[in-house]
Amino acid sequence: MSFRLGHGGRLIDRARPLGFSFDGRRMTGFAGDTLAAALLGAGETLMGRSFKYHRPRGAVAAGVEEPNALMGIGSGPQAEPNARATVVELAEGLEATSQNRWPNLALDIGQLTGLGARLMPAGFYYKTFIHPRAAWKHVFEPVIRRAAGLGRAPRGPDPDRYEQLYAFADVVVAGGGVAGLHAARLAAEAGRRVIVFEQAAHWGGRAPVEGEPVGGLPADAWVAAQLADLAARPNVTLRARATVFGLHDHGYLLAEERCGEGGGTGPRRRLWRVRAGLTVVACGAFERPLPFAGNDRPGVMLAAAVRDYLVNWAVAPGRAVAVVTGCDDAYRTAMALAGAGVRVPVVADLRPGGGGALAARARAMGLRVADGACIARVLGGRSVTGVVLAPADGDGSGGEEIACDAVAMSGGWSPAVHLWSQPGGGLAWDADRGLFRPDPARAPTGADGRPMAVAVGAAAGELALDAALADADRALRAVLGLPAGAPPVTAATAEAPPRTAAMLPARAGHRLRAKAFLDFQNDVKVSDIELAAREGYVSVEHAKRYTTLGMATDQGKLSNVAGIAVLAEARGTPVPEVGTTTFRPPFVPVTIGGLAGEASGPLFQPVRMTPLHGWHAARGAVWEPVGLWRRAYAYPATGERTADAVAREVLAVRGRVGLLDASTLGKILVRGPDAGRFLDMLYVGMMSTLPVGRCRYGVMCNEQGFVTDDGVVARLGSETFLCHTTTGGADRIHGWMEEWLQTEWWDWKVWTLNLTEQFAQIAVAGPKARVLLERLGGMDVSREAQPFMRWAEGRLSGIAARVFRISFSGELSFEIAVAASDGPALWERLMAEGADLGVTPYGTEAMHVLRAEKGYIIVGDETDGTVTPRDLGLERMIASGKADFIGRRGMERAHLVDPGRWRLVGLAAEDGAVLPEGAYAATDARNANGQRVTEGRVTSSYFSPTLKCGIALGLVRRGPERMGEVLAFPAAGGRVLKARIVEPVFHDKDGARLNG
Amino acid sequence: MLMLTCPHCGVTAEETEFAPGGQAHLKRQGPGSSDDDFEAYLFARANPRGVHLERWRHAFGCGKWFHAARCTVTLEVFGTYPARTAGPPAELRAAIAARRPGWPEGGR
Repeated sequence: MSFRLGHGGRLIDRARPLGFSFDGRRMTGFAGDTLAAALLGAGETLMGRSFKYHRPRGAVAAGVEEPNALMGIGSGPQAEPNARATVVELAEGLEATSQNRWPNLALDIGQLTGLGARLMPAGFYYKTFIHPRAAWKHVFEPVIRRAAGLGRAPRGPDPDRYEQLYAFADVVVAGGGVAGLHAARLAAEAGRRVIVFEQAAHWGGRAPVEGEPVGGLPADAWVAAQLADLAARPNVTLRARATVFGLHDHGYLLAEERCGEGGGTGPRRRLWRVRAGLTVVACGAFERPLPFAGNDRPGVMLAAAVRDYLVNWAVAPGRAVAVVTGCDDAYRTAMALAGAGVRVPVVADLRPGGGGALAARARAMGLRVADGACIARVLGGRSVTGVVLAPADGDGSGGEEIACDAVAMSGGWSPAVHLWSQPGGGLAWDADRGLFRPDPARAPTGADGRPMAVAVGAAAGELALDAALADADRALRAVLGLPAGAPPVTAATAEAPPRTAAMLPARAGHRLRAKAFLDFQNDVKVSDIELAAREGYVSVEHAKRYTTLGMATDQGKLSNVAGIAVLAEARGTPVPEVGTTTFRPPFVPVTIGGLAGEASGPLFQPVRMTPLHGWHAARGAVWEPVGLWRRAYAYPATGERTADAVAREVLAVRGRVGLLDASTLGKILVRGPDAGRFLDMLYVGMMSTLPVGRCRYGVMCNEQGFVTDDGVVARLGSETFLCHTTTGGADRIHGWMEEWLQTEWWDWKVWTLNLTEQFAQIAVAGPKARVLLERLGGMDVSREAQPFMRWAEGRLSGIAARVFRISFSGELSFEIAVAASDGPALWERLMAEGADLGVTPYGTEAMHVLRAEKGYIIVGDETDGTVTPRDLGLERMIASGKADFIGRRGMERAHLVDPGRWRLVGLAAEDGAVLPEGAYAATDARNANGQRVTEGRVTSSYFSPTLKCGIALGLVRRGPERMGEVLAFPAAGGRVLKARIVEPVFHDKDGARLNG
Repeated sequence: MLMLTCPHCGVTAEETEFAPGGQAHLKRQGPGSSDDDFEAYLFARANPRGVHLERWRHAFGCGKWFHAARCTVTLEVFGTYPARTAGPPAELRAAIAARRPGWPEGGR
């Protein structure tokens, strides 16, 4: 059982005990502890259950790479699931909860699946649940979802604050170990703007743990001196608790800072968005586990992690710790344990020739070292009770049982190449060291094609302290163009070459291979990779997906190279030929809150408000979002249902007069000698012949011949047009115009200006509209002075106005455009002067009902990007005399002139009901898949207060040729709705009302 | 996220300030064009592994369209130039060829 030593611990303050809870049990740790250190210190080795087999698991690592010790932290809306206990800083009152267990961690029903592990090989889900599909949906998935899964997401809105920060640097150093700090120092002295990010709360990386002197000082003191020097420089920014998790195109680098931890203030997380000229990848290396049976038992840990717990937090994993290693580094752990008074019954070294100088020192201390040996299996269930020592190249039979309660293992080291590889940096297999390291000849490149990153120290494969510092010194001087210099002085230790192993012992049978875990978090075993290889998944990318190796939240930081080694052996090819899987951001899990930053709630996106917004709000308008705009949907009176308000507003327009805020309509000024010619290309109709003072409805298509926008064009002058667009189309159509003018007809003399927000526009519609405008006074709006589709300028009630005689309701209608700032005054005047006329504000829903009663289309309702003007019955809009316009050639394509296309009609439900929007008309015929053939769909559908029945517009195959036919619309619940094909104009078919 | 320099206003900015517009230097096919030519104009795009001439708009800046010569593998940007042209300027062609010998015939 793990325990706290009575002395030592460089990071803890024994004078400051902290109380916390684990699954409701009260425990005590010290300030400076991580949650994992505090749990181990309290004798708690069982920290979680594995994902697939629910095997008991404890912390295997001491840092970000931890795959097992995932916990829920806190409760309520601030709860954080899947936190790695190895990086969570202990705080007073911290609540930790284990995950993926039921009913509790010690007694887990799900562990029964472990008994059936032989029945759940790689690809089990793929193989088992293909058929029947319904069983997957209703039986397998719900059961598996309950049994598996990681932590639960918190419920309720997140009360914490998150922020994002933009920064720029010549050099970003990712990693504040000794190599990173030395690199930062060189860059800072060279006058570069430098940012150094360190993911941990403490600087210096592994060097202070190892305790070897640097530059003639104790490692701790050297680190402190570097930090003091860097902190004093104005060109350097230092950030601890900040993890660089992504390096992207052209040096775009993302880091997440945990500001709120360790007693800090500010936002809970801060996302750094940095543009880095050069990124120094100084992220160190991850130690690898060894593949032997039972290597996942709580108490089996990485050798360097054992050293971390011992030195940093004065925690030992057990009273007797067996060590198994393929490299020299684990001897440091053996000696540190022995030095702290912990028994080390054996050091098993895979290498027949044993280790180097460190091994000799361990022997000199009196430790038992077994060369060419390994652990054949671990004894024990929820904790370690012993190991079986056996020859590394044997089959595991026989062997010597050795009692112990913990195991320290080292399978060598893997440089943390993630940031190097994410933007495309190449890797090279270093056979001597048994690792993939960054290949400087294939560095990721920036916008100028030159390297934008350099890897230094352990991240570059230089694992020894002296070599790491020398490498950082040489690499930075080269990339910064500095003269040669000397790195800080350190002692050199000669290490013997490491040995990697695909399985221990090498000739172990299936029973042991099926208990030797590679990926702890996803429960992928040596036997799974071998099975994948046998079944033909020989590509590392395929084997990864088939077995889920490396696909858990730790992204295979521990398992990647071991899995590749197994695949290589199974294929009989060298490791470099297998290659690695793709490294993708983020390097560690990051919070969604940090990625969202301030963009939540009211700041999620901007809201566009018309000049009349305040009036609508004061009248209790129900809002409809249209793009970023908020439009008044309807104005229900107190106690009035919204649907009743819509009906009242429609009838007011038909019977008296209504006001609509039409300010959101796009208004684009097109001007220049070639403006008419340009608009002739843009619209399917002819605009160049439009006389000054007149308006014309226009339809725009894309090159494919499909309708993209529509609106009324007014000719303001000989070279000036005002083009109205749909509310959602203003910016898009302005961009569309500019694209053609800038990239195709750049010699045409045309200028465009998007004036949408410069004007308030109010539609005054209804039989009393003219009377109302005459009361305002100032302009002659008589039938003779301003007939339909004319516009005039003047002053209405003293307000400069442009009045368009256009109608989207079928009623006598004027749209009045005034300067945005004059909008509220005009609206108030209209309301006041029209009070006795029954003037009624109406919203967008009434506008929709009014236009549908008249069969007017709306782009986006009747069109979906595959509808032509002909489909909409607008062929008369297409100017026959024009040689060319955008969409003309597209419309000539065979499919677009097919007489069998779906075309616009009205639909009248037989019982007067309102058809569901989007409903499809089905025939009795069946297609090749046995599905019923459809022959049309409902594009708009409303209750018409004018006609007291449902009305609908739809697109129907050969629709206009089939007037009077009845279509069948299958609806929810097995009902079939019948509707008759009718003319799309339901009301005032001859248009008499347009003139009032 | 790419960095691009707008040749009109001279600003070097992040990709989010620009809007992509696909392959550059397409020849518009209007009425009278063959079905094959029109189909190619609408749908056929080069999608090279290597040098790509592409359209961008400085959408949240000066609003101007321009072209960029960019390597789709390494993301190296060889240069940008105004859109009012049927092909890259001679200096840029030389610069690309210097970095990608053999371009445009088979050169990457």
